[in-house]
Amino acid sequence: MENVQIEPIEKKRSFRIPGDLSILLVLIGVALVFEVLGWITQGQSFLMNPQRLTIMILQVSVIGIIAIGVTQVIITGGIDLSSGSVVAMTAMVAMSFAQAEGYDRAVYPALTGLPVVVPLLIGLGVGLLAGLINGQLIARTGIPPFIATLGMMVAARGVAKWYTKGQPISFPTESFGALGDGAVPVFIFLGMAVIFHILLKYTRYGKFTYAIGANPQAARVSGINVQGHLVKVYAIAGLLAGLAGIVTAARAETAQAGMGMMYELDAIAAAVIGGTSLAGGRGRIFGTVIGTLILGLMMSGFTFLRVDAYYQEIVKGAIIVAAVVADVYRQKARSKAA
Amino acid sequence: MISEKTRAAIERYKGKPGDELLRIEGIRKEFPGVVALDDVRFSLRRGTVHALMGENGAGKSTLMKIIAGIYTPNKGEIFLRGEKVRLNGPLDALERGIAMIHQELALMPFMTVAENIWIRREPINRMGIINHAEMARKTQELFDRLNIRIDPLSEVRFLTVAQRQMVEIAKAVSYESDVLIMDEPTSALTETEVEHLFEIIRDLKTRGIGIVYITHKMNELFEIADEFSVFRDGKYVGTHASSEVTRDDIIRMMVGREITDMFPKEEAEITDTILSVEGLTLEGTFHDISFDLRKGEILGLAGLVGSGRSNVAEALFGVTPATSGRVRIDGQEVRIASPADAMKHGMAFLTEDRKDTGCFLPLSILENMQIAMLQEKNVRMGFVEQGEVSRQCEEMREALRVKTPNMQERIENLSGGNQQKVLIARWLLTKPRILILDEPTRGIDVGAKAEIHRLISRLAGEGVAVIMISSELPEVLGMSDRIMVMHEGHMTGILNRNEADQVKIMELAAR
Repeated sequence: MENVQIEPIEKKRSFRIPGDLSILLVLIGVALVFEVLGWITQGQSFLMNPQRLTIMILQVSVIGIIAIGVTQVIITGGIDLSSGSVVAMTAMVAMSFAQAEGYDRAVYPALTGLPVVVPLLIGLGVGLLAGLINGQLIARTGIPPFIATLGMMVAARGVAKWYTKGQPISFPTESFGALGDGAVPVFIFLGMAVIFHILLKYTRYGKFTYAIGANPQAARVSGINVQGHLVKVYAIAGLLAGLAGIVTAARAETAQAGMGMMYELDAIAAAVIGGTSLAGGRGRIFGTVIGTLILGLMMSGFTFLRVDAYYQEIVKGAIIVAAVVADVYRQKARSKAA
Repeated sequence: MISEKTRAAIERYKGKPGDELLRIEGIRKEFPGVVALDDVRFSLRRGTVHALMGENGAGKSTLMKIIAGIYTPNKGEIFLRGEKVRLNGPLDALERGIAMIHQELALMPFMTVAENIWIRREPINRMGIINHAEMARKTQELFDRLNIRIDPLSEVRFLTVAQRQMVEIAKAVSYESDVLIMDEPTSALTETEVEHLFEIIRDLKTRGIGIVYITHKMNELFEIADEFSVFRDGKYVGTHASSEVTRDDIIRMMVGREITDMFPKEEAEITDTILSVEGLTLEGTFHDISFDLRKGEILGLAGLVGSGRSNVAEALFGVTPATSGRVRIDGQEVRIASPADAMKHGMAFLTEDRKDTGCFLPLSILENMQIAMLQEKNVRMGFVEQGEVSRQCEEMREALRVKTPNMQERIENLSGGNQQKVLIARWLLTKPRILILDEPTRGIDVGAKAEIHRLISRLAGEGVAVIMISSELPEVLGMSDRIMVMHEGHMTGILNRNEADQVKIMELAAR
């Protein structure tokens, strides 16, 4: 073999808009478009309505919590398709331990009126377990994350249905319901965002996550236990999906096997719109938060403009694809510049 | 239904054995920053095997790719059957009768042998449907002609490497090619398979086909080649009939190079044995490797590509753990099952392939540099002690003179030499006691090369024990205190600095 290498010449770097800022500009742009269209078609402001904005963020908080977990999975170069089903499964299981005292048609009539930590821990445990299974499957058998989590997606949905033979579970204790009250889901979402921003940026866990996604062989040679780390990453993603399931159930004050349908795709979309690369090694929680807000803004904006729900989905699909195409071009431009 | 191309191909066979098939003159090929070939000539005659010889990096592969139409030369002329041609890509070359048998075989594993051979040229009926029976019949005919016994309908993935090679040869013949290029065709074959391959090659010769044959193996040269050409550092050295020369003549032609003062090994105090390896074996890859390494010593590891050099390094570092043998560090027997284990014992390993196993291309220089040092230290309660880590990285950047505006720059924007320095920095920051370097200066410019050599020398002076693998003999000779030579997975000798020279190493490396 020839040892010929193309030697790039060091060049002065030209001014580039940082990724974080550009995604923020997209968010503002989308908001402004709705604002203008609002004045034209509805004769009122879209943004000058705190209640609408609160509801918007509330609507996407659950997606946002999942997306945080999914972002770190995608940074490792993987994917998690199971989160929507895990939401349903944890919602069902957690709710069955959160039913109000004396409710005689409870799933476990002897276990009603338990303190809120019980369903909370059980729910988180179920999510963690699902994530651990994902991680172990991927790390031990070497099957692609797409397949492992696809299996979990189908199976967890099955568990959710089997758990009560398809019956919904209702009447939670007041303290459990409080987890979904008012703006609590928003605080949970933003709290998780802060925690995981710090985790990815300042801890060894974060450094290893990026390294594995950037180049798994090099990560291994650098002494990183790649398989072990992947198990952790998927387990944490499961844990966050579990948390999202609890919040969903608490907010709806009921749990159904059909909950969280397609949430995994919205979460992946939020991460990707926020600049996380499906090729691995790149992505930020900040971007994912903005990506989540863009999704929320669109949902809320289209409703505000009274656009048919079908059109909303078509446009959402187009935007997800456009985000990835834009990323591909950005990467190409980068490597050409290099 | 003979097409015009086929008719033209049949015309080719009217030549007589010994006629000139292919001639190239004054070929020059440049890559950015490197001249890979300079004023090279070569000529192939009908019915002969012409071997290309030379060390790694001599320019054989580049020449071969020019003949196969993969590279376009910057200068020079190509004559095919006496006619001046310009090759527009590998397909054009193939249609003109030049076929290459790829080193990494280029067949589609989930398709049948017949489908692979006739791809793009499948016999079809009027409806555009492929006639599989006809295709199988044509394949069988071809195989009968070439004495190949493979079922045309079996899928390629079930074939051995040797069988796949036969299929590639048959495919080349099916294009009525009369120039065949083989790049180390025997490297993955057993002895009987090699015998069968040689039978086929001899048969091809009688059909007037000319074969360009790249090999590192001397005995093959004498067995199958009629003549050979030697290349060195991208230049043509000479052409001889293989019956006229001895092994020593060829080695001399291959290495005849002066050692420059580019390799400033300084005297270092060599003290206690730190690493001792005994009978290290990785089944099927290398066998019974034993050596000692002392503090302050640079042990060169020489051998041709594929001799198992890199595999030994990977086994020592736990990337692909050895199956048997003993490793002692400071006299204590250790078990190294992963790179993390090796790092615990103070080892560091700069891999051969910067891109595949070295760089984290999307990440910054800082992230690339600090990743290994976070493994054992510099982390409190999970949090990276970034201030201290960044300070050490910055110091190392200055010490190694990595040219970059700032540490946040992505590593992919650096030149090869600077990337290599970042990777070396990554390992030096772990403060290793045993440093394994696999091709530390591959593909980097001369200035950076000299700096890296000085650095290695200085580290040895500080008492670090170094194992350095290199394909460049002057580098090995200039830098090493001792040189271990490997050939086909076996250790063929250890030479001391004062007794080693290029000829001795080549004798041990290519027997």
